[in-house]
Amino acid sequence: MRDVRLALTSFDPQDEMRVFSDRCGDAGGIVSFTGLVREEAGSEVEALELRHFEPLTLPGMTDLAARAEAHWPLTGTLVIHRVGVMEPGEPIVLVACAARHRRDAFEAADFLMDHLKSRAWFWKREKTANGWRWIEPREADHSDLERWSAVL
Amino acid sequence: MALTLLFLGKLEDVAGTAELSLDVAEKMALPAIAERLDPDLAVAIASPDIRIAQNGSLVAASDVLAGDGDELAFLPPVSGG
Repeated sequence: MRDVRLALTSFDPQDEMRVFSDRCGDAGGIVSFTGLVREEAGSEVEALELRHFEPLTLPGMTDLAARAEAHWPLTGTLVIHRVGVMEPGEPIVLVACAARHRRDAFEAADFLMDHLKSRAWFWKREKTANGWRWIEPREADHSDLERWSAVL
Repeated sequence: MALTLLFLGKLEDVAGTAELSLDVAEKMALPAIAERLDPDLAVAIASPDIRIAQNGSLVAASDVLAGDGDELAFLPPVSGG
C-alpha cells in the first residue's frame, strides 16, 4: 500500500495516521515521523513557504517511495508533504512506514526523510520583519545522504 | 509565438518574476535565450548548479532547444523539505 501526495493546505497527522494504520492491518509495526515548522523562542520567523515544480516534485517523491519499498519489505508507505505558506507549529511533512519487523520500518522512514530533506524538488523561504528570504541548501543534508549509499 | 520561462527559488528574485514570456521566431539554444534576458539573470541561469527542465523533463543545458509553445524551468539547488 502506497500513499504519496502533496498537501496544498494544512493536514492533520493524527487523522492521516489513523487512516494509514487501518489500511496496513497486516503490519507488525508502524514508524512515523512528523516534521513541523520550528517554533523557537525569540525566533523572528513569521512564516515559511515551500514551493514546488509540479512536473518533478510528486513524481520524484513517488520514485523515492518505490526505492524504499524495493529495499525494505514494507507493507505500507505514506508520504505527505505540504507546499504553500505555513506558520510556526504547522506540520510540513508526514512519513510513515509499516513493516512486519520494526528495523525495516525505522530504516525506511529514516531513508525517506533524509532524501526528502535534500533531494526532493522543494524550495523554501522564510518570512521575517525584513521580508522573505530564500533558504540555501545545508551541507549536513548532503552528508545525511551518504548514509544510504548502499541503497539503490 | 511565445516561449515560457519559469524561475524557481532564488532565481525568482533575480528575475523579479516567477514567469517570463519571450516572443520567439524559431527554436533557440540556451545561449541565444540568455542573450534576450537581463544580464544578471543571464549569468544566474548559466551557473553550473542550475538544473533545467524543458516541458517538465530535466535536460542538459547544452541540449536545450526551445521555441514557441515550449516551457523552460530553471531550478536552483533545492533547499529541502
